[in-house]
Amino acid sequence: MAMNRDEILSNVQEVLIDALGADDDEVTPEATLMGDLGAESIDFLDIVFRLEKAFGIKIPREEIFPIEGLMNNPDYVKNGKLTDAGLEELKKKMPHTELGDFVEDPDINKLGDLFTVNSVVNFIEMKLNNK
Amino acid sequence: MRWIWIDKFIEFESKKRAVALKNVTMAEEHLHDHFPGFPVMPECLMIEAMAQTAGILVGEAKKFKEKVILAKIKKAVFSHYVKPGDTITLEAQIDTLTEEAASTSGQIRCGDKLIGEISLMFSHIDRNIGGKKFPEENFVFTDTFKSLIKDISFPEQN
Repeated sequence: MAMNRDEILSNVQEVLIDALGADDDEVTPEATLMGDLGAESIDFLDIVFRLEKAFGIKIPREEIFPIEGLMNNPDYVKNGKLTDAGLEELKKKMPHTELGDFVEDPDINKLGDLFTVNSVVNFIEMKLNNK
Repeated sequence: MRWIWIDKFIEFESKKRAVALKNVTMAEEHLHDHFPGFPVMPECLMIEAMAQTAGILVGEAKKFKEKVILAKIKKAVFSHYVKPGDTITLEAQIDTLTEEAASTSGQIRCGDKLIGEISLMFSHIDRNIGGKKFPEENFVFTDTFKSLIKDISFPEQN
């Protein structure tokens, strides 16, 4: 499917506007799904379902939002922060996300900030290219 | 889902769609107050009726093994009133069904008149709430509830 990044972004924005009841101008590429757009856990499933329909692809939830697998593993989380092994795993599982400052202070409460509109666009781009 | 808010199913295609029917009557006490002198079925109770129709459709798809919980009202738009004496039909379709959840869309009609459109999302909670344990027994589809289902006719199974 030949779809450029702008087209992907605009489809992703449409999905997020519908799924989260967000306003057009809120869904910027940098916006975080949870912090800025108010997504809750069930919304992530809703978003996955809608993305699958919008782009005609299969999206395993653990691939796009791979948090649960990390959080439930004691090797990866200690004292509310990701361990080095946890960070490595996160990098491996989320190549579609820029970790930025999170690496300095990998507080699990901040994991949600990693899910930005951009990270979703990156993920879809990756999926479409590997199709 | 321990109280039943739909009267019967008139169509049922497993894993696909179901149509249920509800008769609205002045014997429902809330209609006396909603509103005095102008009884109309509250929209929230239309959502409940759709949640039961779609919830049973989703539950049956997994043979009532999963605990199916209404997780999100994706859309609820109403364009007409429903009054005592009306018979409404609730048609629900499964749009997506996975291990952990389902999403449905549906229409409420009174005769040919479209009353409302309701899209819902259901969670199979045992597969979603990380680490939390729920009781073994299926408290959503209890025996009482299932016995009530037996009285509802599933044309495909008859």
